[in-house]
Amino acid sequence: MGMKDTLERLCRAYGPTGRESETSDVIEAMVSPYVDRVKRDAMGNLIAERKGGGKGRVMLSAHMDEIGLMVIHIEKNGFLRVCAVGGVNPIRSAYRQVAFGNGVRGVVGVETKKLRDTIKDPSKLTFNEMFVDIGAASCEEAAQQVEVGDVAVFMSDFMVMGGRVSAAAMDNRAGCAVQVEVLKALGESPMDLYAVFSAQEEVGLRGARTSAFGINPTVAVALDVTPAGDTPGSVPFTVDLGRGPAVKVLDSSVICNPSVIAWLEEAARRAGVAWQREVLTAGGTDAGAIQSSRGGVPSGVVSIPTRYVHSPAETVDISDMEGAAALIVQALETGYDQ
Amino acid sequence: MAVLLRKLTALSGVSGYEDEVRQFIWKRARDCADRVMIDRLGSVIAIKEGDEHSDRNVLIDAHMDEVGMLVSGIDEKGFVHFIPIGGMDARILPSTRVLVGSGRVRGVIGIKAIHLQQGDEQGKPIELDKMVIDVGASSREAAQKLVSVGDPVIFDSKFTLFGDGMVKSRALDDRVGCALLLEALEERYPVTVTAVFSVQEEVGGMGARAASHRTRPDAALVLEGTTCADMHGVPDHMRVTRIGKGPAITPMEHSAIADPALLRLIRGAAEREGIPWQYREGNLGGTDAGPIQLAREGVPVAHITIPCRYIHSGVSALSLQDFNNGKRLLRATLMRIHRLFEKED
Repeated sequence: MGMKDTLERLCRAYGPTGRESETSDVIEAMVSPYVDRVKRDAMGNLIAERKGGGKGRVMLSAHMDEIGLMVIHIEKNGFLRVCAVGGVNPIRSAYRQVAFGNGVRGVVGVETKKLRDTIKDPSKLTFNEMFVDIGAASCEEAAQQVEVGDVAVFMSDFMVMGGRVSAAAMDNRAGCAVQVEVLKALGESPMDLYAVFSAQEEVGLRGARTSAFGINPTVAVALDVTPAGDTPGSVPFTVDLGRGPAVKVLDSSVICNPSVIAWLEEAARRAGVAWQREVLTAGGTDAGAIQSSRGGVPSGVVSIPTRYVHSPAETVDISDMEGAAALIVQALETGYDQ
Repeated sequence: MAVLLRKLTALSGVSGYEDEVRQFIWKRARDCADRVMIDRLGSVIAIKEGDEHSDRNVLIDAHMDEVGMLVSGIDEKGFVHFIPIGGMDARILPSTRVLVGSGRVRGVIGIKAIHLQQGDEQGKPIELDKMVIDVGASSREAAQKLVSVGDPVIFDSKFTLFGDGMVKSRALDDRVGCALLLEALEERYPVTVTAVFSVQEEVGGMGARAASHRTRPDAALVLEGTTCADMHGVPDHMRVTRIGKGPAITPMEHSAIADPALLRLIRGAAEREGIPWQYREGNLGGTDAGPIQLAREGVPVAHITIPCRYIHSGVSALSLQDFNNGKRLLRATLMRIHRLFEKED
């Protein structure tokens, strides 16, 4: 199974924030043959351990969770009221098709009385004026299919466009796919590796925080998507699709450690991988939580450039992902000099 | 039950200034727990060993602190300026009575009478920093004899029974949780119970985070008074909880997503014992659950909450029936919670 097939398998797995077990099952099956041990913890993190030369511990972190909508109320006439799980934009959710973990499907509707206001000022639209229609005609009928607390994810196809692919949940199944392929391709490493497929990143980097405490790594690299600045009318941003993985300099959760940046860039050079540098003024990744764990951990991020982040049309370039995997494999096989 | 709640709500305990509450709870806990201590931040931690599965430790949290204010200055006219402590809606302050400092000096927060308000003034909410407390002093010197900068300020509101088994008081959030927890300590359970009466929940959950880190629980339950907006004019889906429908359990709130297995266990306990319950419908508001969950390598958390109308004010109100059902649900959960760990073994 190559990078594209791994990515497709992962994008099709259900795994919104706080409900990651189906996705972690899929990942566990993929990585078990390549690691010494796989365990899960109280937050739902999946931690794959692979012994190396024992010269320090390196933690990788790719979050499994995707954004979603949680049922908070069932109306008398069978419509569901929902709230966002993670950073879900109400406007981008309007009229989308959604799916619950048990297979129930629905569409997101908008109170038409509010539509007029919304067209004038989109910021006025909140989930309080939206609902999910699962085709139920009454509260009883709806309650047989879902309950308060159930979480729906946005549906989309896995659409191949030449060397690029578009699907919901690229954030962060793309990072997970790269991490899976790293484990498959990795040879000998002087360091012990803890590849964390983390839970609950989208609500505040929660899985990364607790798993970092448990692992107490020497160095950490998070794997996540980052926006791309190469679409028409894009806010100036130096990262493009097709120019390789991005080595992050900073975002609003972390200033990446300069020696970790140097390590990653040297690895890119050695592996013959083209890469880009990324300076993001918003957003956060698992590295933000790992860096301040215990007495602190030198941390960095390898990012997969992604268009249309947090929409059902997230788009990546497979060659960027392959470059990311090659870069990380080289970095791990070289080892991090403290 | 109401007696304990009355006593607890009479105590002053703005975040960081929980001493009255702490002393009361410590004395009570000493009589029924196996070990009691006060940690470095001032939380009371009381341990009750389990009688069958004592190696499993469940942390139960209720916070001692209430939202209130702190004196930030005294002007030359003798008016007392203040800052809010915890989430304070400025709109509920005009026309409240307050008590300042350990001496409980009486004061009022008033606004210009309606006759004197011009044009659109009436339509605008008054900003917090334009309000002052009037302690009846005519000069700074006179006021300084009564109060000091740094004094905590609480709502002056007596515990009152009203209507059909309802209670009005300040600080139901979270003296209701403290009452539930103190009552729970009178019994022994299969698992070891670590009761944490925490400080500073309303300003970020510092007490709970430290206590979770120290006590390394296998699971945790947070007991809270929670928002209840089942009032006229509020759409059905924005009411969060409803008075009289029983304790509320929470799939997700701002600080934490409840552990699904633990949530199912609590629901199962309610259904088995015929205890009325409801879901907390909505995501807003944070609790100690977040800081507890993120301590060390993580802790599965869930909540048992009691609906409180007009929460974070001097007139918060709950139903004693919901309170009593909350007590039953907590007990039923603690009698079963060891099953959560059986699946792991």
